Amino acid sequence: MTPFNRNFGQGRRTKAVRPDMNWKELTKAGNIYEPGNANTYETGDWRTIRPVWNKDRCIHCLICWRYCPDASIISTGGKFDSFDYKHCKGCGICANVCPVHAIDMFSEDEIDKQKEAERNEE
Amino acid sequence: MATLKELAKVEERFVGGHRLCAGCGHGISVRMVLNAAEDSNVVVGCATGCLEVASTIYPYTAWNCSFIHSAFENAGATIGGVEAAYKALKRKGKIDKDFKFVAFGGDGGTYDIGFQSLSGAMERGHNIVYVCLDNEAYMNTGIQRSSATPMGADTTTSPAGKVVAGKQQPRKDLTAIMAAHNIPYAAQTAIHNWQDVHRKAKKAFDVEGPAFLNILSPCPRGWRYNTPDIVELVKIAVETRFWPLYEVENGKWKLNYKPKKYVPIEEFLKPQGRFRHLFAPGNEHVIKAIQEEIDNRWLALLERCGEPQELPSR
Repeated sequence: MTPFNRNFGQGRRTKAVRPDMNWKELTKAGNIYEPGNANTYETGDWRTIRPVWNKDRCIHCLICWRYCPDASIISTGGKFDSFDYKHCKGCGICANVCPVHAIDMFSEDEIDKQKEAERNEE
Repeated sequence: MATLKELAKVEERFVGGHRLCAGCGHGISVRMVLNAAEDSNVVVGCATGCLEVASTIYPYTAWNCSFIHSAFENAGATIGGVEAAYKALKRKGKIDKDFKFVAFGGDGGTYDIGFQSLSGAMERGHNIVYVCLDNEAYMNTGIQRSSATPMGADTTTSPAGKVVAGKQQPRKDLTAIMAAHNIPYAAQTAIHNWQDVHRKAKKAFDVEGPAFLNILSPCPRGWRYNTPDIVELVKIAVETRFWPLYEVENGKWKLNYKPKKYVPIEEFLKPQGRFRHLFAPGNEHVIKAIQEEIDNRWLALLERCGEPQELPSR
């Protein structure tokens, strides 16, 4: 027996919405056929403070992963891997819950200035 | 109990890129609850509120699973209907997979607006989990009071002024109301203790019939506290007995955490801007009233749980 919804949503892809689009170009009833496509939307530019991982202090307890509201801590094989700076909004919760202070928060402005100074030196 | 290392391998069902504020308690709570479903297929319903408008802005969805949109007042009815349709299709052999059904609502969509549809869904006995993310006001529309707002809180519709010090009424105890529906499982939990949230969410998913979870979910904008301190703040809420952790399984009440020391409610009120006016001279009686209310509710809860009725030692 074939499931009734076998072809449901096949070939239909939600496109990016432009101001000049008319309603016929939108998907029927505003349905979205790709689960989790908010991943392609970057909220990282909201950030004013940036978490930086200190590899030597980290004990890979993953408490930061548990408390990240933006799923922006990437773990591989049960270990801390990296920050997802494309989505991290810089709330600072991870740095606060870390039991060994392995995450430091730096101002994005200062990081930018530092990078610029390095570039000028070169 | 699974360890974090094992849980981190479960597929993420609420992905980054949603537009919740930085440090929002909803993101943490939702990820914890959906993580507890582990390998099952999940269908999510959502009452209108911060979570719904921030996670499903067309043409994006932050839900890495099936999602159904509903209006403000009918999240319970919608997810109940989906569950009933699933059962019918399964009986006819048109669906072979197993699904779990969960609805998320804020306190506005659960305590006030969605209350009757939630009550109906619980009474009909659908096999669903309803999760209330309680941030204690209508944060999505700009911080208006709800029936979950605690006494003394300053909101835009219960503003603190010279005559009135914030909201005048104590909050509604929704978990007890849900337990009074005689549902198989109702529980109250908070994110500072992730093991507690995980255990209760897992139990809610596993139980046959309706289950209700009430999670305290701080709002940095509405509560006006220092955003990174969310875990400490929730912990103080539990220590001051403002938010007791308990569960009701088949009519049997069980207290999950009993503070050893008497922590006065001021500890919880002080870090939050919405209670700042209570510390001005002349408003001491409001704090006293809040403390009395909490002590009385605590004693009533102890009685229900069959514990000795005494306040923690000072």
